[in-house]
Amino acid sequence: MSRKIGEVILDLKKVSLSFGGVKALTDISFDVREHEIRAIIGPNGAGKSSMLNVINGVYRPQEGEIILRGQHFTKMSPYKAARAGISRTFQNIALFKGMNVIDNLMTGRNMKIRSNLIQQAFWWGPARREELGHRAKVEEVIDFLEIQHIRKTPVGRLPYGLQKRVDLGRALAMEPSILLLDEPMAGMNVEEKQDMCRFILDVNDQFGTTIVLIEHDMAVVMDISDRVVVLDYGKKIGDGDPDAVRANPDVISAYLGASH
Amino acid sequence: MGFFLETLIGGLMAGMLYSLVALGFVLIFKASGVFNFAQGAMVLFAALAMARFAEWIPGWFGLEGSYLGTAAAFVVAGALMFVVAWLIERLVLRHLVNQEGATLLMATLGIAYVLEGIGSTLFGNDIYKIDVGMPKDPVFLFEEVFPGGLLINKEDFIAALIAAVLVGLLTLFFQKTTTGRALRAVADDHQAAQSIGIPLNRIWVIVWCVAGLVALVAGVIWGSKLGVQFSLSTVALRALPVVILGGLTSVPGAILGGLIIGVGEKLSEVYLGPMVGGGIEIWFAYVLALVVLLFRPQGLFGEKIIDRV
Repeated sequence: MSRKIGEVILDLKKVSLSFGGVKALTDISFDVREHEIRAIIGPNGAGKSSMLNVINGVYRPQEGEIILRGQHFTKMSPYKAARAGISRTFQNIALFKGMNVIDNLMTGRNMKIRSNLIQQAFWWGPARREELGHRAKVEEVIDFLEIQHIRKTPVGRLPYGLQKRVDLGRALAMEPSILLLDEPMAGMNVEEKQDMCRFILDVNDQFGTTIVLIEHDMAVVMDISDRVVVLDYGKKIGDGDPDAVRANPDVISAYLGASH
Repeated sequence: MGFFLETLIGGLMAGMLYSLVALGFVLIFKASGVFNFAQGAMVLFAALAMARFAEWIPGWFGLEGSYLGTAAAFVVAGALMFVVAWLIERLVLRHLVNQEGATLLMATLGIAYVLEGIGSTLFGNDIYKIDVGMPKDPVFLFEEVFPGGLLINKEDFIAALIAAVLVGLLTLFFQKTTTGRALRAVADDHQAAQSIGIPLNRIWVIVWCVAGLVALVAGVIWGSKLGVQFSLSTVALRALPVVILGGLTSVPGAILGGLIIGVGEKLSEVYLGPMVGGGIEIWFAYVLALVVLLFRPQGLFGEKIIDRV
């Protein structure tokens, strides 16, 4: 592997999140280093998705802060997160169903577009060059994910596995420095899972993208991640490399359902 | 033949006006998934603003009787619609992100009443006329082809031209620009659009501004034909079957739907009317929309909604 794990890029400090009386996350701290694959695992309802939504700014934690490249965010928003180079995929695919694959990926380039409305409308000079540049970038992503054959298909018509891939493609089109994956392999068959694993590893390896992923499938997580955080009932019960986590008695009891 | 063509053209002209109102609906629905009940009120509000500013502004600056006064009134009324759009986003929509469609629908109902109220407070309740200097005199065409020729209203012709240009620009905007793509993205999925860094609030302001501008153009044309009065806000109801016919998500659909209904109304009134004792024009559009709903629930040009179960 050519990648080298670097400094801490994203640091979460004592994050607590509750919805009314329900505590989704309690006092959680962990960090993510540059270029690593960091997994968040835990049984159902452990707060994994909440955690991701906090990083992404969808939820605002009542306590704690997010430090991204040394910059403190007490109030993150999806918009700010996107500007800061964080992109994400969704557990229940949230693609733009009426648009075709290319258009969906092009929306990922939205933030990078500089030309103004009038130039775009008349397909004029700089706007034209710019659009072509973005199209080329999108084509690269399409090649990378091996979805050339469905470029012009409206995504609503694609099978589930391919939709997941397009979802990943849109996130990649943003050229993120941090990629959040919300159960990228949920609902897939073995073959699709293998493909997805390969893509995740390739993204990490070739583009050096830092990856934070949530996943149910323990075997997959242990295979591809560098470090793993384990949540249970909104609390952190384990953190470390896969082998250490596997040996952690708290983790074993949480997963095997031993009495608490 | 000459008479038939005259009826047809009359229908097309009337249809163009329906299309303009329907366009406002489609724009907002496409970009935010909201069925905007306030579109009629926006047309009324814009027309009222235009009528009154066209009266006041020349008075203030001594521009009586010049086109400059009218143009200034149009610009000011347009700016006012932008302010309205901004306020709607700020006070209403911003607080309803990621809410159910029905919630947003009810919100627009509320907006409609507020706009009507503010409109009549600011601009008064009387009937006003808008005179933008469109030529009113009819012309006769093809006199050598048909006996008596074809009688065409110049005003209608210009109105149709304006509508056509507007539609062309909007189509370009939606299909070819990045902002247009962002609008479509927002319409499809709020959450996903946010996650890729599309600023939801700005997009909504843009689309309501555009809808406001379309309402202004529609209001000015209707107003200069029939005068501005409170009942203008009910033109939205006339445009409803147009939207159903054309499909809620299609700009060309709104245009063609309007034309079909305009023509259908006039032709059925003239040719079928005598058989059933007249009055067809009033309900024809609704019946047509119902029939279309039976066979194509998404309208003639709407996007078919595919749902996985």
